[in-house]
Amino acid sequence: MIEVQNLTKRYGQHVALDAVSFSVGHGEVVGFLGPNGAGKSTTMRILTTFMAATSGSARVGGDCVFENPMRVRKRLGYMPENNPLPLDLRVGDYLKFRAQLKRLANGDSAKRIAEVMEQCGIADVAGRFIGQLSRGYRQRVGMADALLAKPELIVLDEPTAGLDPNQVRSVRKLVRDLAGGHTVLISSHILSEIEMTCDRVVILHEGRLLASGALDDLMAKANAAVAAEVQTSLANAKEWAAQLALGQAECAEQPGGYVRCRFANVNRADAREKIFASANKRGWPLRELSRQAPSLEDLFVNLTRGKEGGE
Amino acid sequence: MSLFRALVRRELAAFFQGPTGFIIIAAVLFLIGLGFVIVLAGLNGHATPMPVTQVFYSTYFFWLILLLIAPIITMRSFAMERASGTYESLMTAPVGDWQVVLSKFAGALIFYTILWLPLLVCSVVVRFYVGESAVLGLGPMATSALGILLVGCLYMSMGCFASALTRNQAVAAVSGFAMGAALFFTGFFSYFAGDRSGWVSQLARHVSLSNHMESFSRGVIDLGAVIFFVSLTALFLYLTHKVVESRRWK
Repeated sequence: MIEVQNLTKRYGQHVALDAVSFSVGHGEVVGFLGPNGAGKSTTMRILTTFMAATSGSARVGGDCVFENPMRVRKRLGYMPENNPLPLDLRVGDYLKFRAQLKRLANGDSAKRIAEVMEQCGIADVAGRFIGQLSRGYRQRVGMADALLAKPELIVLDEPTAGLDPNQVRSVRKLVRDLAGGHTVLISSHILSEIEMTCDRVVILHEGRLLASGALDDLMAKANAAVAAEVQTSLANAKEWAAQLALGQAECAEQPGGYVRCRFANVNRADAREKIFASANKRGWPLRELSRQAPSLEDLFVNLTRGKEGGE
Repeated sequence: MSLFRALVRRELAAFFQGPTGFIIIAAVLFLIGLGFVIVLAGLNGHATPMPVTQVFYSTYFFWLILLLIAPIITMRSFAMERASGTYESLMTAPVGDWQVVLSKFAGALIFYTILWLPLLVCSVVVRFYVGESAVLGLGPMATSALGILLVGCLYMSMGCFASALTRNQAVAAVSGFAMGAALFFTGFFSYFAGDRSGWVSQLARHVSLSNHMESFSRGVIDLGAVIFFVSLTALFLYLTHKVVESRRWK
């Protein structure tokens, strides 16, 4: 569905995208992961024909986004970053306007608008001005617009940004329901977000492609950190952490005479037993010992470090 | 065509969804009324060989309205969509650049035309009281309307161009006003240039809007003037299209 080859985008001296290549198959739900400024929105803007790349090529459904933008736009549903909407229109009127732009036949459009409003849970606000809606509702209006023409490809730029947990959950459910029928590209800077909705991830960092593939495989490469809280002095804890040699450790004093150590756990094996035994041998009370799923930060640290090591 | 209609309707709706459109209409109504009263007072005082339409232009109320209001009509066309980000969803829908440019221009032009409707009422009032006479013939009225429409085309296209260049509506209004005022005042060089047959004077007379409008107000369709307005409108629409297109090669 999407073929991207050596995509590069420069704004003057600043390189926003640096030779990024990846591909997305039909019906896949792919997450675009990266911190702010990684090039996620830039890539999406190029894929949606809003702007051109400096070099490289991008194809959507076999059509080049520079040469055949109209063909690409016809198979596209896009919700841009921050979900811009005209605040002076009513929800129903806005969707009707968008249906006309997307050339839905007049007879079908009313039916289809009712369908997407139902699907996105905005049927009850159809008569209200978009400007009066809460953020969660606006987000769903943006989603409804993206779904309107039953596009083959749906591109959502940070669909959950600024939503409360309940709203995040409903957006997530909506995205999961889309899987199979549509190819979906979602961007986020929150790993758990992507983890719950996507089959595959493309990780961008400073305009470069760090990794792409199944999330589980990537996570396996990341180190699951281990945290332990022991009752001892900070100096003792640091000495202990160094002796354990579980990679970089961060120690910090906690209330109640405890020290919390977080081990990066370079060996990837489960180090909890080893830590327990060692603390026990020293006779230090241990009040917490937990394995922590790698965060996006860990994944990044790991991936960037891997890159630098390889070079 | 239904797509184009939808785009134009959206443009017009934007004027009337908020107070903007009504404020502009109120301001223009006031200026037209004031101009009308002054023209009538002038006609009552002494006889004039000029048709009423021409007298109206010579009061400068027409130019005041044109120069001040035109950039306010067009300032939001592109700038606001850019500022709010809706430009991105518009330009990624299956809509061509030309369709967007022309619909914004058409929306502005229709609104501009609505603004001048009160003038028609004024004319009817004059005709009613003066009776069928040479003071306000149908001919000069029709050509005046054509003149107002043509100069409107030029100023709307110029304003759209100014708006396409920025995401700030104030900047769009000020630069649109500057372009419009510059074009208008260039025409006056023909009066100041000492040598009336010199090229500066000649050129100034060619671009003089008031000269062009004068012939329309006398009931004459000056082909040169028509070509002047139409070609400049086309030029500014072309430039606007280039600016819109430029996001794809910047």
